[in-house]
Amino acid sequence: MRRFALIALPYAWLLALFLVPFIIVLKISLSDIDLAIPPYTPTLDFSEGWAGIKAFFRGLDFENFVFLTTDDLYWKAYISSLKIALIATALTLLVGYPIAYGMANAPDHWRPTLMMLVILPFWTSFLIRVYSWMGILSTEGYLNQFLLGLGLISEPLTILNTPTAVYIGIVYTYLPFMILPIYSALERMDGSLLEAAEDLGCSRLKAFWLITVPLSKTGIIAGCFLVFIPTIGEFVIPSLLGGSQTLMIGKVLWEEFFNNRDWPVAGAVAVVLLLILIIPIVLFQRNEQKQRELEG
Amino acid sequence: MRRLTWFNVTSLSLGFAFLYLPMLILITYSFNSSKLVTVWAGFSTKWYGELLQNEAFLDAAWVTVQVAVVSSSIATVLGTMAALVLVRAGRFPGRTLFSGMVYAPLVMPEVITGLSLLLLFIGIGLDRGIFTIILAHTTFSMCFVSVVVSSRLVTFDDSLEEAALDLGCSSFQAFRLVTLPIIAPAVISGWLLAFTLSLDDLVIASFTAGPSSTTLPIKIWSAVRLGVSPEINALSTIMIAIVAVGVITASLITKRASLRQQADERAAVHA
Repeated sequence: MRRFALIALPYAWLLALFLVPFIIVLKISLSDIDLAIPPYTPTLDFSEGWAGIKAFFRGLDFENFVFLTTDDLYWKAYISSLKIALIATALTLLVGYPIAYGMANAPDHWRPTLMMLVILPFWTSFLIRVYSWMGILSTEGYLNQFLLGLGLISEPLTILNTPTAVYIGIVYTYLPFMILPIYSALERMDGSLLEAAEDLGCSRLKAFWLITVPLSKTGIIAGCFLVFIPTIGEFVIPSLLGGSQTLMIGKVLWEEFFNNRDWPVAGAVAVVLLLILIIPIVLFQRNEQKQRELEG
Repeated sequence: MRRLTWFNVTSLSLGFAFLYLPMLILITYSFNSSKLVTVWAGFSTKWYGELLQNEAFLDAAWVTVQVAVVSSSIATVLGTMAALVLVRAGRFPGRTLFSGMVYAPLVMPEVITGLSLLLLFIGIGLDRGIFTIILAHTTFSMCFVSVVVSSRLVTFDDSLEEAALDLGCSSFQAFRLVTLPIIAPAVISGWLLAFTLSLDDLVIASFTAGPSSTTLPIKIWSAVRLGVSPEINALSTIMIAIVAVGVITASLITKRASLRQQADERAAVHA
């Protein structure tokens, strides 16, 4: 009885507030837009009994999904989100790996402090961290002032409201997600392997490629997915730093819902976004499982 | 073989400069007396004064704290229950669906979570306000709590609880007196995580908030869309300071606790 209550409470909560809402999105994505409240038809009306249920199913169609393929905006936004997420993930890896590597090579008594320094930004507001770059990157911002002052440039650079600013924002906010898994993989590594390689005549760079990189592979993969998956649906970064030039699907969904009030199309955008995300999520789960088996 | 080469030192310094410079600039310019945010015109704390006068921000801050305290507390209870189910309950009908529902919100884009909850609230005719934000925040943060707590429960030695049961504890007593104190650090970090996630959330709150229940991130969002402002810099500085003090205190407490535990263990061995 007690076991039943233990299972039932969180189960019921998640059914009611996670699964049911998702089914509603699916349903609305198959409905037609209407100038009413709520702004879509058909609505399921149980009071009409069987006829109401039949009318409900007759009203559903894939029109909104067809619409997504006919309007350039949507598939361009999906492609552009994937492209931005991919490039940003690669950049985060390039920036994050040397930091994780440095942490793993640091003296033991430094490590708790270094670890806390990586985690601290993660606890501070995401919105504020993105916002802090607006003042740096704007035309009259601190970066331009600095570069103009040094005489390195004669005209201020336009960085804010371009994709470059979005890449900077993503690398900055998601860096801890890349550093931590790589660091934990590097920390577990047996250092004597490198000594052995060098004794056998390997150069340090070659030893790094042949030993360190393969042994930190699971950390690299985990870090990349932890950056890539949330970046695809990102809304705050492209809205604050990307300007109108940057097209990302999270922003399109938001605008479709709040500005155009087209709920059925917003629903269809959400369903397709989830279908796209399933592949990286499954691959990520597989990587995690492999790692758990290795640790045994 | 650990070597701190010049390469390591450079990458660590550059890396941490990159992580911290933007925030340091933000903090510095929150004390700028000029309204022009990029021109330094002398030290002043006037933006903090204006912030304390701004009732809209204070109201939003109060709403945010209420939502965060209530939602993270419910989420901690539900998330710990979910963790117990996942680690200990064994097989039961619908287990796969359950674990799927616990893990899915972790990777679900916020725009989709927000959209789907809003459509639910409208569908059942629930007026949007503090209550709906609490429901929404509890739902996603309980999943984070459950991940944190279950990773601790996996390493928990079941025989301790069995011993308590053999010695006449009821199963609830055994949980309260044996299991809970041992998993307490994980439960507390789960609560802290849920609390910060709730404080920080813009997207889901925007979908589920009503006109009378603006949270701080929603307020900040509508202000920063218009550009950089010295008041927001001051507000950000306060928020960064609170988090920094919280994280540093928490890490000192856990360090002391682990030192004490080591001392206890040593004493137990010598006794």
